[in-house]
Amino acid sequence: MRAGFLLKEVRIGLRRNLTMTFAVVVTVAISLSLLGVGLLANAQVNAMKDYWYDKIEVSVFLCGTLSESPTCAAGVVTEEQRTSIKADLENLSVVDSVFYESQTEAFERFKERFKDSAIAQNVTADQLPESFRVKLTDPTQFDVVVSAFSGRPGVDIVQDQRSILEKFFKLLDVLRNGALLVGLFSVLTAALLISNTLRIAAFNRRRETGVMKLVGASSWSIQLPFLLEGVFSAVLGWGFATGLLSGLKYVIDDRVAPLLTFTKFFEWDQVWISSAILLGVGLFVSILASAITLRRYLKV
Amino acid sequence: MIRFENVTKLYSGQERPALEAVNLEIVKGEFVFLVGKSGSGKSTFLRLILREERPTSGIIHVAGKDLGKLANHKVPELRRQLGTVFQDFRLLPNKTISENIAFSLHVLGYSQKEINREIPEMLELVGLEDKADRLPSEISGGEQQRVAIARAYVTKPPIIIADEPTGNLDPELSVGIMKLLDRINREGTTVLMATHDSGIVDQMRKRVIELDGGHVIRDQVRGVYGYTG
Repeated sequence: MRAGFLLKEVRIGLRRNLTMTFAVVVTVAISLSLLGVGLLANAQVNAMKDYWYDKIEVSVFLCGTLSESPTCAAGVVTEEQRTSIKADLENLSVVDSVFYESQTEAFERFKERFKDSAIAQNVTADQLPESFRVKLTDPTQFDVVVSAFSGRPGVDIVQDQRSILEKFFKLLDVLRNGALLVGLFSVLTAALLISNTLRIAAFNRRRETGVMKLVGASSWSIQLPFLLEGVFSAVLGWGFATGLLSGLKYVIDDRVAPLLTFTKFFEWDQVWISSAILLGVGLFVSILASAITLRRYLKV
Repeated sequence: MIRFENVTKLYSGQERPALEAVNLEIVKGEFVFLVGKSGSGKSTFLRLILREERPTSGIIHVAGKDLGKLANHKVPELRRQLGTVFQDFRLLPNKTISENIAFSLHVLGYSQKEINREIPEMLELVGLEDKADRLPSEISGGEQQRVAIARAYVTKPPIIIADEPTGNLDPELSVGIMKLLDRINREGTTVLMATHDSGIVDQMRKRVIELDGGHVIRDQVRGVYGYTG
């Protein structure tokens, strides 16, 4: 079969089954968009993790006047303890940098943060603990610092900001998984719709395929026009899905990002990567659904 | 061209075989009528040649191929050797006459140049030059059957198989169909035609194979429809 004749047959097939073609294109577009939103949600979670994990630090609070933990039973941290803690922190390989925050500095920061609140008036510098702010080379290695310093005399508590963020990220992970699951289910629906559409198309064109078999066309050349119809609809749907995802990215950059300055958003790269994945999924699903259906209904 | 060696076909769930121990040979260039009552095994005979069915036992050779050893994916190759014509024409209703004839060539991958050369020749053979752009619904049954024959013959297969080609046609139209098949036969094509039409068989005086209850009960070189002894 020559390409010209093949394309003509595909065009006739798509046109004759126009409402179904339309339904398939729209379903593929919507389901790939949903899956794409899931992929972008994943990219967004990763972008936020990168952004936040880069900023978070481990705080080693030293015993102050108000500390209640058992390690502080001996009273306020001594000069000697402070020096050795600092030296040991700096010696840890996972530690990138150590910054000392004195009570006065903590007080300044506290006043800055709560400047509009009455709390600031009731707090004095000696009530706030002094601390070491530790930046890790790898934020996931937080446990090393905890096990080395919690329980050590002069250390009140070791606090990791990551553990606070982690709860938030767990919530985001659930949302992302939900989006991916909805996407996968709708892709499955699209696959079933493609399969049914081709079944109807094969039935509508049973005269043509009957004649093709009769004159000795190979099963491959009988099935190819149908397969191409499925693939064509899927690719068209994918085009719309990519358009929708680009639109989403544009809206985020234009409207959402200026309002939410506390985080980074996924880049355009992620839109293109997701789009490429969607194209792969779309082709795979449409070819698979077509091949299975056509094998059943267009046997030579 | 077609050889049956001790061929038996028993459909599953049936006690009596549709064909039993059939031996016969049809050589190149022959014109053969296949006659017999409904249920005599005619359809099974044709279906076995087209390899729509496989025999329960026995060997069938068609166009140099042993059908028992023919892999499924080689079946299209066999069908390219066989032009088939049916009682119900099986034309594509939304394609014109010339498009219907060209369809065979298109699906088998002929170039547009070859198609442009073949179509007028075929239209002339079947006498429908002036109706090339009509739709099947716009021409008579006899003309439709001529188009179907043109479609079967356009690829120049060595064998034409016609299953009741005149079954839906008036006697005067049937004559035209028979003249056409006779002409194709004279060009060297083997023709096997199953029919109920006694008038045609008596008139043509060709080889007649009669089936009854799955057996060949007659094989006459220049036969007539009714067996006269």
